[in-house]
Amino acid sequence: MNKLLYLLLQRMRLPLIVVILVYAISILGLALIPGVDDQGNTWHMSIFHAFYFVSFMGSTIGFGEIPYPFTDPQRLWTTLAMYMTVISWLYAIGSLFGLLKDPAFKRIVAFTKFTRDIRNIREPFYLICGLGDAGHLVIRELAAHNILCVIIDRDDSKIQLLRLEDQSVVVPGISGDVTNTSTLLAAGLQKPECQGVVALTGNDQVNMTIAITSKLLVPGLPVICRAESHDSQDNIASFGTDYIINPFDSFAKRFSMMFQSPSMYLVYEWMTSTHESPLSDFTVPPRGTWVLCGYGRFGKAVRESLSFKGIQSIVIEADIAKTGAPEGTIEGRGTEAFTLYEAGIEQAVGLIAGTDDDANNLSIIMTALKLNPDLFIVARQNLSTNDTLFAAADIDITMQTGRLIGQRVVDMITTPLLTDFLRMARDQNESWANMLVSRVVGVLDKPPESWVMTISPQQTPAVMELLNSDCPVTLGNLLTDPRDITVALPCVVLYLKHADNNEILLPGNETRLQTGDQLLFCGQADAETHMRWSTRNLHALSYNCSGHDAPSGSLWRWLEARKQRRRDT
Amino acid sequence: MNLEKVFFAFFIVLALTLNFGFFVGGMDNPNHHNVYELYAALVVSLIATVMKFGDRAHIGAVLLATSLVADLQLIAATIVWTLSVHASDAGMTPMVLSSVVSLSGGALLANITSVVILVTETVMFRR
Repeated sequence: MNKLLYLLLQRMRLPLIVVILVYAISILGLALIPGVDDQGNTWHMSIFHAFYFVSFMGSTIGFGEIPYPFTDPQRLWTTLAMYMTVISWLYAIGSLFGLLKDPAFKRIVAFTKFTRDIRNIREPFYLICGLGDAGHLVIRELAAHNILCVIIDRDDSKIQLLRLEDQSVVVPGISGDVTNTSTLLAAGLQKPECQGVVALTGNDQVNMTIAITSKLLVPGLPVICRAESHDSQDNIASFGTDYIINPFDSFAKRFSMMFQSPSMYLVYEWMTSTHESPLSDFTVPPRGTWVLCGYGRFGKAVRESLSFKGIQSIVIEADIAKTGAPEGTIEGRGTEAFTLYEAGIEQAVGLIAGTDDDANNLSIIMTALKLNPDLFIVARQNLSTNDTLFAAADIDITMQTGRLIGQRVVDMITTPLLTDFLRMARDQNESWANMLVSRVVGVLDKPPESWVMTISPQQTPAVMELLNSDCPVTLGNLLTDPRDITVALPCVVLYLKHADNNEILLPGNETRLQTGDQLLFCGQADAETHMRWSTRNLHALSYNCSGHDAPSGSLWRWLEARKQRRRDT
Repeated sequence: MNLEKVFFAFFIVLALTLNFGFFVGGMDNPNHHNVYELYAALVVSLIATVMKFGDRAHIGAVLLATSLVADLQLIAATIVWTLSVHASDAGMTPMVLSSVVSLSGGALLANITSVVILVTETVMFRR
């Protein structure tokens, strides 16, 4: 605020001095030059009257020659004064407006306002660096969960566009150099309300700088980082970054999971996708020879995962030397039919269009489908602006880098137990996954919602009260519908983590609850509502536990106790 | 020979001298206090204030403060004079004139402070 005022005052010095001088000279002249009143006597304007006259002359109002018409010398001076004062006024106001429109000044104003907004934040928030596709998705999804985000991006026009979007929650954003520590500090890195830093820029080096700044200045703050090359990944992991998302590795692992363990893939997808497709919409990709176009980071990751599952792939790559493509790679872009013929597209069962150019990918797909209409198509989409194009093409699986990263970040933030559950689930075998899938399908017929519950006084007061009075509460009690004790809620308990970090996958209904337990559920959305009701309302919960309605209100309780005593004697 | 510094010091000292010139003389004697001198003192004081804008150092801030005080007193003196002459029936009485002169005396002290600070600053940067 001070800086703005000083800048303003400094730039306005010369205009103000000009205005003062011009006014002073005009007033002086008018006061000294003699006039003639209506009787013909000499009359001098006082300084006060001269000031009054020059005021309304300079602001171009012009009431007239008051109180008496001017003599010619007076008129001469007035003419001179008129031009001088009006021009000096315009000069002063023009300078003021010029200063207000100065881009450097506007940047300072925006930054000052941003810093003040951040200082006034009193609720938990996440600091997001980078406003690409991933950043946009994170903001949108977190806003739907009523979590505040603060955004930093290098590009000012993106921040401005964000302000125009129709958001229910206002997202404070600033454009600036995200590697500059003072920008991160101004965005509230060291505030206690900051829950985590998410580095989502397209440059691994920048992401690493953000992660290291955060880890050095606020060691306990969780950092989620995007890394697209293995070198950066190792580098960033070396100083203890909490979560690193490599979109290509992540997709490749999931994709190869589809071949051998489709149920496990389904479990992963349900827990982490945006719940748009119905449950039945899922085809297992065929085993056989695949054609892979584009041997960049995406292509490398997918080929490695596929060969790990024993699936052969023939690579088509335009620049073999630079990407280090393996033996037998066909040179070319894959957009021409003869390159695809050479790769054996007619015998292949599937095609992966993995170049970093969307138009090329679409061209590859369309050419390939003409040659072999039964291909299973996997496409890499680079820009979210091409959504409609990729939806119109006949593609089985689309991977959009930004959206994948954004979805992972949102899952990590909103459902933190998810990573633990998926880690344990990965070690299970396919029959376990099948069993889980059948349990979930038995509960609802569309992808399930997932939610987390912690047994604590804030989240589950009724459970805490019962536990404190030594009344056992089991998972089965929680899963009973408070409206009808014989019915179970349509949900599945996936994962339980005790306060001492002991973990149980798919705990049974007889498991007793303890303080500090964290539970991961999935099921219908209204199951969550009913469950939260029974964990908050003591009467609902004790009904679930004991099966009969205990009296509430001290009078009835006293009567009940008297009845009990009489029965005992 | 820095021209900006010449102007800066010139206006500050001029403000002081004009102010002193108006102040000196019998407190209720209208022959000793010329309205044009008050006018000149006010104008130059305003110019001196504007020249002091934009200095972020501590000493610059104090300089600006003293200038603003002088402006305030001189504006008050002008208003008292104008109101008494143009807005009241009694006109310029000795009592009103004394008020005007004492206000300008206050401005004089502020201007003296300003000049002292200017001299101190100049001596500190002996160049």
